[in-house]
Amino acid sequence: MSMDSLIIVENLYRYYGELCAVHDLCFEVRRGEVVGFLGPNGAGKSTTMRIIGGNLAPSGGRVLINGIDILDQPMAAKAELGFLPETPPLYRDLTVDEYLAYCARINRIAAGQRRAAINLAKERCGLTAVGRRLIANLSKGYQQRVGIAQAIIHSPSVVLLDEPTVGLDPIQIREIRSLIREVANEHSVVLSTHILPEVQSVCDRVQIINRGRLVLNESIEQMREKLQATTLLVALRSPPPVSELESIDGVVSVEPVDDGRLRIGYEVGNDPADAIVEQAVANGWGLHELTPERMTLEQVFVEITTGDLHGHGESEGEAA
Amino acid sequence: MIFTIAGRELRSLFLSPQAWSILAVVQLILAYMFLVQIDLFMQLQPRLPTLPGAPGITEIVAVPLLGNAAMILLLIVPLITMRLISDERRNQTLTLLFAAPISMTSIVVGKFVGVMIFLLIMLLMILMMPLALLLGGSLDLGVLAAAVLGLFLLLASFAAVGLFMSSLTAQPTVAAVSTFGVLLLLWILDWAGNSTEGDGGQGGDVLGYLSILRHYEALLKGVFNSADVIYYLLFITVFLVLSIRRLDAERTQY
Repeated sequence: MSMDSLIIVENLYRYYGELCAVHDLCFEVRRGEVVGFLGPNGAGKSTTMRIIGGNLAPSGGRVLINGIDILDQPMAAKAELGFLPETPPLYRDLTVDEYLAYCARINRIAAGQRRAAINLAKERCGLTAVGRRLIANLSKGYQQRVGIAQAIIHSPSVVLLDEPTVGLDPIQIREIRSLIREVANEHSVVLSTHILPEVQSVCDRVQIINRGRLVLNESIEQMREKLQATTLLVALRSPPPVSELESIDGVVSVEPVDDGRLRIGYEVGNDPADAIVEQAVANGWGLHELTPERMTLEQVFVEITTGDLHGHGESEGEAA
Repeated sequence: MIFTIAGRELRSLFLSPQAWSILAVVQLILAYMFLVQIDLFMQLQPRLPTLPGAPGITEIVAVPLLGNAAMILLLIVPLITMRLISDERRNQTLTLLFAAPISMTSIVVGKFVGVMIFLLIMLLMILMMPLALLLGGSLDLGVLAAAVLGLFLLLASFAAVGLFMSSLTAQPTVAAVSTFGVLLLLWILDWAGNSTEGDGGQGGDVLGYLSILRHYEALLKGVFNSADVIYYLLFITVFLVLSIRRLDAERTQY
C-alpha cells in the first residue's frame, strides 16, 4: 500500500436484497493516474462509483479517499472528492454561474476564492460563454460539461466520472478527453465508460468488472502487449495449397476467411510476414494484401466478460 | 452551510410562479375573511360598551383571522413542502448534496429553514392586516403576540411533517397528499377527546392532548403556556430527526 494511493478500495461488497451487485472488489488508484472502469450493463460499475462517491453505503469492506475512510469521516473524505454521477445533478432552474456558485459553497470553498474557482472551472470546461444561461436551456453536451465543472470546482484529489462523454459530439468528446488528461495531472481520475476507444486514448490503467467482480486490472502497456497481433490477413490472387503455406516457418494455422482471404496464425515472436512475401514473389501467388490483425480492446472485453464464466466458478470455490 | 441550502430552497420557490401564486391566493382569501370580521365588529360595536368584560377588536377581528389562517395553511403548506426532497430525488440532484462535504443534518435543517423563511414572509403579510387596525384603534398586543407565536409554531410543525413526508417518496403529489392526511388527522384527533368527555375516558384525553389544534387554541386565546410551546418544539424535532434518519437510510437500503 503505497503512500500515494488516493483511492484504496478493500474487499468491497454491496447487496441489493438478495442480489450481490459488487463482490469482493479490491483496487487502488495512484496519484495522477486515470483508471478506466469497464463493464457490461449491470456489472456493478455505477454501484461502485456511487459507493466511492459516498452516495451509497457498502454492505462490507471499506473505501479510503486520500487515506481517509469515507464511512468514518465522511466530511473529510468527501472534501477530497468530486463526483459526476450518470445523470448530472443539475438544477435546471438556475443559470450556470448560479449553479457553480452554489456548488462552490456546498463544497466549502472559502468566500474569497469562490470567484476564482468558478472561473477556472468554467474555463477548463469551456463554459465561459454560457455562464448566464439557464441550465435547462443548454444542450446535452453543455449540461454534461456543467456536470464535470461541478465535479472539479473544489480541486478534489479524486475525480469520479460516471460515463462523462455520453451525449457529446465528437469534437466535444475530444475536448473532454483532453480535459480529463489535464485534470489527471494533479488528481486521480476514475472513469467509468462503455466506450472502449476512450479507455485506450485516456486511461493509464484498465479495470474490467463483470457481475460485481474485478476480472481484469492491468496497465494500458500490459494491455497493449496483450493486444499484439498473432494473426495476419493475407489476400492472394492465385493461392497455393494450404499445406504449402503451413510449411512456412512460424505459421501454426491457416484458415480461409469468407471473402477469399486467408487468416494466418503464427507463434508469438516469430512473425512469418517476410517469409510469406518472399515466397509469394518467388512463386507468383499474386500477393495484394497483407495486414497484421490487431486484437482490439473490444475483443478482449468481450472475451473476458463472456468467456470468463469458467474462471468465475474457480474464484467462487476459493471464497467458499 | 445550513443557510446556503436554505437560500437555494427559497430561491427555487421564488423562481417558479408557485411561491407568488400561493402568497397571492392566501392573502386574497384572508383579506376577504378579515373584511367580514371587520364588518361584524362594526355591527357589534354600538352594543359592546354596555357589556361587562366585552371582547375587543383583537378578539373579534385578529384572533379569528389567525384561526382561519391556520385552517387555510393546513391546505397550503403541504403544497409548499412537497417538493423539498422528493423533487431532488426525482431529478437525481440529491447525489450532489450527498457527494459534498455536508452532513445529513445540515441538509434537512437547511431545507426546513428555507421553508420557514418563506412561511415567515407569509406570516408577516397576514399580520399586516390586524396591525393595520392600529391606525384607527388599539389592539391587545399581548394576545396578538401569543396568537402569532402559536401560528408560527403551528406552521413550523406543518413544515416538519411535510419535510418528512417529502423525504419518503420521489413523487411530490404523494408527499403532498400524505402530509395533508397526517396533518388533518392530527388536527381532528381531539374530536375523539370531545366525544368521550362525558365518560371522562382516559384514551380520549390522551388523543385530545396529542391534537395539534388544542395547543394552538390555548395560544390563540392569549394563554401562553410553556407546555404548549414545548409540545410544538418536540413535534418539530421528532419529524426533523425522522427526516435525517430517512436520508441516512437511503444510502444503506435504496
